[in-house]
Amino acid sequence: MLQYAFQRVLLALAIVFVAISALFTIMITLPGDPTTVLLGPRATPELRAAFRANMGLDDPVLVQIANFWGRVLTGDLGMDYNRNRPVAEAVFSALPHTMALVFGAIFWSASLGILLGAFSADNRNSWLDRVTGVISVGFIAAPSFVVALYSLLLFSVTLRWFPTIGAGEPGDILSRLYHLALPSFAIGLAWVGYVARIVRASMLETLGENYIRTARAFGLPRRTVIYGYALRLAILPAVQVLGVGIGGMLSSAVFAEIVFSRPGLGSLIYDSVSGRNYPVVMGSMLVAIGFFVTCALIADLVNAALDPRHRVKS
Amino acid sequence: MSFRHTLAGRLMADPMAVVALIIITALVAIAVFADVISPHDHTAMNLADRFAPPSSTYWLGTDNLGRDTFSRLAQGSRIALYVALTAVTISGLIGLVLGMIAGFGPRWLDNLLLFIFDTLRAYPTIILALALAALMPRGLSTVIIVVVITSFAEYGRVVRTQTLSLKNAEFILAERAMGASFGRIVFHHVLPNVLGPFFILAAMNLPVVITIEAGMSFLGIGVPPGTPSWGATLKDGFDYIRNTPWIIIAGGLPLILVTLGFTFLGEALRDQLDPKLRKSR
Amino acid sequence: MTDTLNVDGLTVHYATREGALQALRDVALDVPPGQIVGIVGESGCGKSTLINALLQLMPENARIASGAIRLEGEDLIGARARRLRDLRGRDIAVVFQDPMTSLNPVLTIGRQMHDIQYREKRSTAEKRRMAAEMLGRVGLPDPAAKLDAYPHELSGGQRQRVAIAMAVLMRPRLLIADEPTTALDATLEVQIIELLKELQQEIGCAILFISHHLGVIAELCDRVVVMYAGEAVEEGPVADVFQRPGHPYTAKLIECDPGRMKTRVAQLPSIPGDLPDLTDPPAGCIFRDRCDRAAERCRTRPDRVALRGAHWALCHFAAEVSA
Repeated sequence: MLQYAFQRVLLALAIVFVAISALFTIMITLPGDPTTVLLGPRATPELRAAFRANMGLDDPVLVQIANFWGRVLTGDLGMDYNRNRPVAEAVFSALPHTMALVFGAIFWSASLGILLGAFSADNRNSWLDRVTGVISVGFIAAPSFVVALYSLLLFSVTLRWFPTIGAGEPGDILSRLYHLALPSFAIGLAWVGYVARIVRASMLETLGENYIRTARAFGLPRRTVIYGYALRLAILPAVQVLGVGIGGMLSSAVFAEIVFSRPGLGSLIYDSVSGRNYPVVMGSMLVAIGFFVTCALIADLVNAALDPRHRVKS
Repeated sequence: MSFRHTLAGRLMADPMAVVALIIITALVAIAVFADVISPHDHTAMNLADRFAPPSSTYWLGTDNLGRDTFSRLAQGSRIALYVALTAVTISGLIGLVLGMIAGFGPRWLDNLLLFIFDTLRAYPTIILALALAALMPRGLSTVIIVVVITSFAEYGRVVRTQTLSLKNAEFILAERAMGASFGRIVFHHVLPNVLGPFFILAAMNLPVVITIEAGMSFLGIGVPPGTPSWGATLKDGFDYIRNTPWIIIAGGLPLILVTLGFTFLGEALRDQLDPKLRKSR
Repeated sequence: MTDTLNVDGLTVHYATREGALQALRDVALDVPPGQIVGIVGESGCGKSTLINALLQLMPENARIASGAIRLEGEDLIGARARRLRDLRGRDIAVVFQDPMTSLNPVLTIGRQMHDIQYREKRSTAEKRRMAAEMLGRVGLPDPAAKLDAYPHELSGGQRQRVAIAMAVLMRPRLLIADEPTTALDATLEVQIIELLKELQQEIGCAILFISHHLGVIAELCDRVVVMYAGEAVEEGPVADVFQRPGHPYTAKLIECDPGRMKTRVAQLPSIPGDLPDLTDPPAGCIFRDRCDRAAERCRTRPDRVALRGAHWALCHFAAEVSA
């Protein structure tokens, strides 16, 4: 298990390193004067020259990449020249909002998805199972930003049940949750369908296993067998899928943050792109990819930890 | 009886597949005949009729510039289909070739390609799209490039797995023992068996690509301004959500229907082509 | 005295695409209290269907067409689900064939042995103590530590001991052992057989022991039922059945048993021919197509022919075969 964990962590680090380096390389090798890009067209030539020397823009590409990582490792993600603040500050004040959104979405999709999936497997081939199946596919198919727009229109603008703007009062948990509910639901809805299907399929597979027959042969109550024994194994693949799904949820979060006018990584990148604010784009990418890879890694390790068979196999 | 015949026959027996085929046929028909069926010129602005609700003149109402929403959505289906087919074809072909190389190639090459696939998967699509959009000109080719970068790895993985399992299958070992050429093994044995999962993935991927295009256009990093992409229509609707709900409702419908159609088709294909999954349903 | 288990005229059909598959036809068998009854037969003879029927845990497409299953006189086929669940694990317990898959891989041994005591009003500590005691009884070294082990951390033989400990933990009246030694090697097999014998003496339960291994049956059982293609074709005391089989199928089985070979042979002998199609079983004797003695009268269904003692066979020629 330890060796397995070590391998996964190394791989994750390598992926983040290569993914970010590649993006960084594209940014610095793109034709055009980076000082124009970074400082804006109205910067004075003196300022440009100073900046160029300061940032080492004339160094070879590999040296620039090395320097970039050297700065990143000391926590320096560069300067946000548009608003004159460190990029790290901008990014790390945005990150918690996006994390809340993504984890809210995971909460929705895991709770509803496992419920639907277990229920379907328990009543397989009933009409309720079939309806659930079609609904699951429907959820999967619904594009998250259309769901976000529709729920904004229905629940916030028309019915006024939920707020339309912002992330709630700082320090007020209830207000935060109230503002979080709808956007996270919009992101999570598609995953409700995924999780439900995966849980249903793996549950049916598990229910056919010999040890389930053993449990039933010992007269264990139906509820214990289905929800205690079978479900425990059936949610393992769902954990993995949700871990990998965080990448998709981060994309959806961009829309949810813009549609519901929430602060977060998505709206930060969006605003930076429209303002051509490259250091912030780069810093946000780094944090977004790091966050995603970390989550996928954790899901992987949790899965391995929950499934004791895994511990010997690796 | 040919394989295709039996597959089509079995698909027609699946209500989900029939619904899917109806939706997809309608989409293609609307895209082909967009100019004929549009009641108005999709670029014509009738400032007198801004924010008009649905009526016999404007079936799905008008937007902030008085343009007919239905006509714009009909034109949008062309953009959606064009981007989806182009991007899926390109990323599918790249993935197919790389996946086969990984499957047949030496161990180090396989590991390298797998690592590249893993790395590409680490980019959240829309966030990468935003980052690249900052560097590239706005337009459909940017959309297609973003989609290809973020999706060919998925094809590569599937093809690689399939190739690996086939490479050591007994019937292929037998062929090799009898001295079959590498080309014969690839084109006669591996490729046909890889194509099943490949097409399922492609069918599942089409709606994803359509959604990415719409999403990028919604964010203003997709189609150039004025182009009637579904995403652009939704963006107009979002900007004027308090004036009129019609634009958003109408703009989201085709996206939902089309993704539903392709997802149903992918599901039905998978049910038919993958016997293991069929059993567990 | 009522038999612990009494099966009478049991007929079970599976609904299949090709029609009703008659997995069991008119099967009768009795397990008297404290006795060990063996069931022997090739794969496909209906052993698994019989166990599922005894436990009333049948696949959805199975149907009991007729017959009765009685546990100490109590009808199981008509019993309510609630009552059946009460009986399972407490009065009837099973040891399944494959110890690799019959234990839950993600729960510790202790948790699984704790869970099956859910009916008992004991504290968790007490339940664990009971479990550890039983693990020690079945011969597992360091039983208390084994409670926190996962199944995959044990060897195959140890796992089967755990499965046996679970089965006898509640001191059932009937223990069903479904080929419990098939997945184990010969040395372990002997140990497990000895263990079952001892436990049977201690607990005083009846055992229904299913196996395709004649030697094991001969070693362990008091009586044996021979099954072929869904029918019980012969029944009697082990010594009588194996020394003077009354059914040609039993005779063939004994001939083909590697344990009985006197001379070296290049290839193990087997009974020529295949099992009949159970969706459309032949009228008359079920073994007819593979039988050397098959004659015209075998086209009619044979009755049970009583042989010496409590021994019978389902063959027109039982007396001659047995002679």
